[in-house]
Amino acid sequence: MATGTAATISEPSFLEYKSGFRSWFYTTDHKRIGILYLVSISIFFIIAGSIAIVMRAELFTPESNIVSPHTYNVLFTLHGSLMVFFFIVPGISASLGNFLIPLMIGARDVAFPKLNLGSYWLYLIGAAILLFALLEPADTGWTFYTPYSAKTNTNVILLTLGIFVLGFSSILTGLNFIVTIHKMRAPGMTWHRLPLFIWALYSTAILQLLATPVVGITLLLLIAERTLGIGFFDPDKGGDPVLFQNFFWFYSHPAVYIMIIPAMGVISEILPVFSRKPIFGYKAIAYSSVAIAIISFFVWAHHLFVAGISETAAIIFSFLTFLVAVPTAIKVFNWLATLYKGSIQFHSAMLYALSFLFLFTVGGLTGLHVGALAADIHLHDTYFVVAHMHYVMIGGTVMGFFGALHFWYPKWFGKMLDDTLGKIAWFFVFIGFNVTFFPQFFLGVQGMPRRYATYLPEFESLMKLSTIGSWILAIGMIIMAYNLIKSLYSGEKAPDNPYNSLSLEWQTSSPPILENFKEIPVVTDWSYGYGKKG
Amino acid sequence: MEQLTADHVHVHHIDPVEEYEQSKFGMWLFLGTEILLFGGLFATYAIFRAKYPEMFHLDHLKLDWELGALNTIILIGSSMTMAIGVTASKKGNNKLLIIMLAITIICGLVFGFNKYLEYTAKFAHHIYPDTSIFFSLYFMMTGLHMLHVFIGLIVLLIIMILAIKGRYSASYNTHVEVGGLYWHLIDLIWIYLFPLLYLIG
Amino acid sequence: MSENHDEHITPYKTYVIIWLILMALTVITVYVAREIDLGSINLFVAMIIASIKATIVALFFMHLKYEDSITWVFALYPLFLLSLLIGLTSIDVFNRIVP
Repeated sequence: MATGTAATISEPSFLEYKSGFRSWFYTTDHKRIGILYLVSISIFFIIAGSIAIVMRAELFTPESNIVSPHTYNVLFTLHGSLMVFFFIVPGISASLGNFLIPLMIGARDVAFPKLNLGSYWLYLIGAAILLFALLEPADTGWTFYTPYSAKTNTNVILLTLGIFVLGFSSILTGLNFIVTIHKMRAPGMTWHRLPLFIWALYSTAILQLLATPVVGITLLLLIAERTLGIGFFDPDKGGDPVLFQNFFWFYSHPAVYIMIIPAMGVISEILPVFSRKPIFGYKAIAYSSVAIAIISFFVWAHHLFVAGISETAAIIFSFLTFLVAVPTAIKVFNWLATLYKGSIQFHSAMLYALSFLFLFTVGGLTGLHVGALAADIHLHDTYFVVAHMHYVMIGGTVMGFFGALHFWYPKWFGKMLDDTLGKIAWFFVFIGFNVTFFPQFFLGVQGMPRRYATYLPEFESLMKLSTIGSWILAIGMIIMAYNLIKSLYSGEKAPDNPYNSLSLEWQTSSPPILENFKEIPVVTDWSYGYGKKG
Repeated sequence: MEQLTADHVHVHHIDPVEEYEQSKFGMWLFLGTEILLFGGLFATYAIFRAKYPEMFHLDHLKLDWELGALNTIILIGSSMTMAIGVTASKKGNNKLLIIMLAITIICGLVFGFNKYLEYTAKFAHHIYPDTSIFFSLYFMMTGLHMLHVFIGLIVLLIIMILAIKGRYSASYNTHVEVGGLYWHLIDLIWIYLFPLLYLIG
Repeated sequence: MSENHDEHITPYKTYVIIWLILMALTVITVYVAREIDLGSINLFVAMIIASIKATIVALFFMHLKYEDSITWVFALYPLFLLSLLIGLTSIDVFNRIVP
């Protein structure tokens, strides 16, 4: 709750005050940069999603008939690399974070607006390098495991170089956010009044800043391995291929939390608004974000249980893996308690948030299965892992992302979404997602390995079901995309605060003016005091 | 406010003191990133040194420790001149700042020249990055460090040009302080590289 | 900077003294490694000396001594992560049972 903000502002909004190519690609306005990211990541999401549809279509029958096995390898490499590095890692953090952090903490912009634009350009450069890499695409999987990635004839160098550049984009974004949150909060915006979305992005930013450089150097070493012939990962030269996996997952496990923590932040914002209740356990949720950011650095080798790592290390890492489930569970319990006895409104954003709760819990709990040493020996590299990962990434992050899109859409564009159409799209997405990925748990337990273009006939019925699910999911997303684009043109004009939210970003006009607030607001309370004033 | 000047208003809202604090904090965060970027190499070094102590011992004897020591002295010296430059700038002594920046840059160039001599000598003896694990590490570590020296030199050169143009004063010297921090990090990394590679390999 | 925060300006003399200390430590580390040769604890001694030098550079040249606590946190946390990377990777690499 804030005072000193003017709801009726006659200034043009950030969308209108200037137009043309230069006003977008040379902008230092955090809101425009947020939208640039939103558009860019959406393009990559569509490309990588379409690749997934092709892969599922290939898996409709046991034989290889649509694409060759080599092409299939290329496809899953691209699907993974694009989804992970170009969509989901920069996703919520760079697009929503850029847009919302200054608005939510009562600042005019991020701490380093030019650096922010630079990060976006780096993202574009990374994307451009990737386009060249597509001429001879790599077939290593998105993890680039040595020694195969050091030896394959496909173009690993360009793809990893593109990811290296993207890494710096991610680092600089994280750096910008940390400084912004530390130094630019409005008067009265104490740490314990910060919206939980900000706590989440702060934790994410720490991971972006301190985990990314390690994968940066690892990919550089891989490039050096291919160009200069150094042999850190080459057993012939006395190197150790599993060392690559250690370094890679030192980043990539925290990166999983770079992907999921922002979505958790989104949920913490949506649930109280549509339950009309204060968030339950504010401090527990806030601190558990930071706890995840810290503990997630200790668990990386659970990806390596069957790679030949030492038993001592495996036992230690399996134990540590269970630790990271604790703060995550704390969050889930607090969200459920927030819902309890609330007056729940089933807005389409709320439906996505509730789906997150359900699907992420499935994803999280199956994560414990694969984190347990003995079970992982059986489940590793099977469809069980594929299903688990997609329940966390789609069921968690993407549901959070969709929820955020539906929730903040009026804030960004000043137009209301068609809520009925939104609910229809949600229905297809939710059903399609579960039909696609739930059967994969069974496939995995039965021993179907991941990353194969063909499979044994006994898996056919579940595989077919999964492919049909992917079509339902695609229909849902097409309806949603139609809704998002249509509402831009024909959507009802949004009021400044359509959901009667107490959060600071809704206390200015929708869409906001160029510098967010007419006057910097003075914050007098936290933003979750629902139920007291209606 | 008028619409078209809005972009300029945007930039000038920032108070110089706040900007100074933010930039300095931001640079410290970036140094953390740099430490972990080198960290991958330090970890690789630790693993392989423990695995192949004889190789590290025999190979490190082929390095020119005297040149390494000379470079250490030069780089630490340049760190001192940089620090003096920062103080000069804070006291508003622009002339001393320019002189100190010039000395720092010259030290950096000499450091780079010595490295060039060292690399050519290695190539002349047919020692390349793929000769052994030790030399892979030697070339990757010193190479990445050298890259940072180059970037640092460019940063310092820009700061020197701005200093000559009179952009800095006792009340505004953010670039000098922040650029200085980056230069000190380069020194900091070298302080570890020198013994690890040249003395105790 | 102006009066609004407790900005510390280090005198020139301090830097020269620090530089002399750093030079002395460089001489010591070279001497210990090349002339005395402590064998297996060579690495240990060299790293201690390097860390002392690095600490001095950070505290005085980089003015960490005068920074606020959050800067300290973000200066030290990467070092903790680095030790984690080295430590936990070593637990794997040096405990493997090679058939």
